[in-house]
Amino acid sequence: MNVHEYQAKALFREFGVAVPDGELATTPEEAERAARQLGTPIVVVKAQVHAGGRGKGGGVKIAKSPAEAKTAASEILGMTLHTPQTPPEGKLVRKVYVEAGSNIESELYFAILFDRAAEKFALVASTEGGMEIEVVAEATPDKILTALVDPNVGLRDYQIRDLGYQLGFAAEQVKKFVPFVRGLFDLYLAKDCSQVEINPLVLTTEGDLFALDGKLNFDDNALYRHPEIAALRDPDEEDARERAANEIDLAYVGLDGNIGCMVNGAGLAMATLDMIHYCGGQPANFLDAGGGADKEKVKEAFKLILGDENVEAILVNIFGGIVRCDLIAEGVVAAAADLGVGVPLVVRLQGTMAAEGRAILAASDLNITSAETLKEAGELAVAAVKGAA
Amino acid sequence: MAILCDKNTRLLIQGMGRMGTFHAGLSREYGTQVVGGVHPGRGGQEIEGIPVFNTVAEAVAETGANASVIFVPPPGAADAILEAAENELDLTVCITEGIPVLDMARAKAALRESRTRLLGPNCPGVVTPEQCRIGIMPAQITKPGPVGVISRSGTLTYEAVDQLSRLGIGQSTCVGIGGDPVIGTNFIDALALFQADPDTKAVVLIGEIGGSAEEEAAEFVKSNMNKPVAAFIAGQNAPPGKRMGHAGAIIAGGKGKASDKIAALEANGVAVSPSPAEIGETLAQAAPGLEG
Repeated sequence: MNVHEYQAKALFREFGVAVPDGELATTPEEAERAARQLGTPIVVVKAQVHAGGRGKGGGVKIAKSPAEAKTAASEILGMTLHTPQTPPEGKLVRKVYVEAGSNIESELYFAILFDRAAEKFALVASTEGGMEIEVVAEATPDKILTALVDPNVGLRDYQIRDLGYQLGFAAEQVKKFVPFVRGLFDLYLAKDCSQVEINPLVLTTEGDLFALDGKLNFDDNALYRHPEIAALRDPDEEDARERAANEIDLAYVGLDGNIGCMVNGAGLAMATLDMIHYCGGQPANFLDAGGGADKEKVKEAFKLILGDENVEAILVNIFGGIVRCDLIAEGVVAAAADLGVGVPLVVRLQGTMAAEGRAILAASDLNITSAETLKEAGELAVAAVKGAA
Repeated sequence: MAILCDKNTRLLIQGMGRMGTFHAGLSREYGTQVVGGVHPGRGGQEIEGIPVFNTVAEAVAETGANASVIFVPPPGAADAILEAAENELDLTVCITEGIPVLDMARAKAALRESRTRLLGPNCPGVVTPEQCRIGIMPAQITKPGPVGVISRSGTLTYEAVDQLSRLGIGQSTCVGIGGDPVIGTNFIDALALFQADPDTKAVVLIGEIGGSAEEEAAEFVKSNMNKPVAAFIAGQNAPPGKRMGHAGAIIAGGKGKASDKIAALEANGVAVSPSPAEIGETLAQAAPGLEG
């Protein structure tokens, strides 16, 4: 789960991580008032959407007076922001964060994440802040500094000092860097983050360290023990269908093709997308109905798939282990009858009770094409779409 | 011979809830020695003919169990893994999906000091055909034979096993290693076990997007194995930045792409199936004469 910059910074403050003063605004008037209260000669008005690269898309503006802050906010609020990280249709800006300007001496990069290969937490730092870290890693890998933290030993101060000196900090700044990183690491553990990223981390001309931007991601599996984090979820930032799927415990990812997919199991669901591509088609979605797929789930899954107007055919691919194919078949028949599926339906049932399932499909008066193998299923689904076009 | 489990395995079920009890029954029907269940607060009871104990320690003392399978819900699952390790079981298989990464990172670090092998979490388990079933796999689609199967996914394992069995190619052991970012037994661990197993003549490896386990496996195959390996990588068309069902299946920061994994496997002599429908055939071509 992602949160907004203003929410991340509130958490930073709670854990003693230095951030500039700032306030949230949802109208130009609120932005003007926030700028006046901050009282700094310069404020920055920043669009609050879940995407990076906001500056490039015109979502970040500098204001030299409260009146300018009001103008900037009126330009940003309500705009559809396009950045390299937004979906093609862009993102509507509903909130801005008005932040005190800083006198920037230099911009650095700092992140905490989990290194899967090492199975340790990784602190990542670089003097090359303010740009995309992937680009830095590609062009100048020696500018990426890393320290690994053993989960059962924890972060040691020497590791932070070591990074600080490698970043070129004077002793005075290293003293500020230690509690800064300590606070972020405490936050990372206390709230089950999956990533903390600060880009840029700035050193000011006054010699202070600030998190000028802040990105926090949380481990979805741990949200059950952090209701205060789960409450930060912004439904406006999420794909409506992915959210609806989430609520009924289905894993769904929207894609831009025309063959809707319903599969049990994440690996087989990914493989089904691969199969469709291999046969020359384009899937409309990834959908893992999970191990507990039953009649009701099948119906909900069909609703989701049919809610995508690009869908011209549906492929159901079930390999029954725990899931029983006869129950899935009943679900498909019921859903097709209730919802009125107006597109070709290709169903492949294999494994537990597959023969019974196929018999149920055959006995229904619905227009269902039955497939035996994965290959046949892919070919039939692609042919169904081509026939429709 | 086989790897991880066989007819001598004495299995405990940790978490005798609905799922645990149901699969305990299926495993027992398959011929697995299910010797007991562990469910705090229900010690002394018998569920479906299986004696239940309050702790793993008690269960091991009473039954001589040497393996366990965990069906405990996410908040207590890492704890159950550590309890199995504390009691020095040979193997513990964690089926639970949804364990926080932080819990698993700590448990895994603790397991480095332990003699217990962890399989999973978020895995379908392991089947040695006609000998032992641990977990939730539909064992009836397996067939005894010379091919080791290793996979990060459940249903895609069934798909691959089914393709092999239909070609008349049986399996030595089918292992689901799990779809989470932190797992107990990785591809390399399982490959090393199959390489050492005299009854395994070839291996099928099924990977997916996310992480770098397939790349590491590719290097291992080249440097440490003389048995043929065929592979498939799922998620060749997955969009970056999206979690594809499994917690570990995500392309992040340009890393974990299927194309990189396929290139690494092919460069190290692994035959990669072009589509998920040709996994069995790809192995049959790479290693002729496995039918039987």
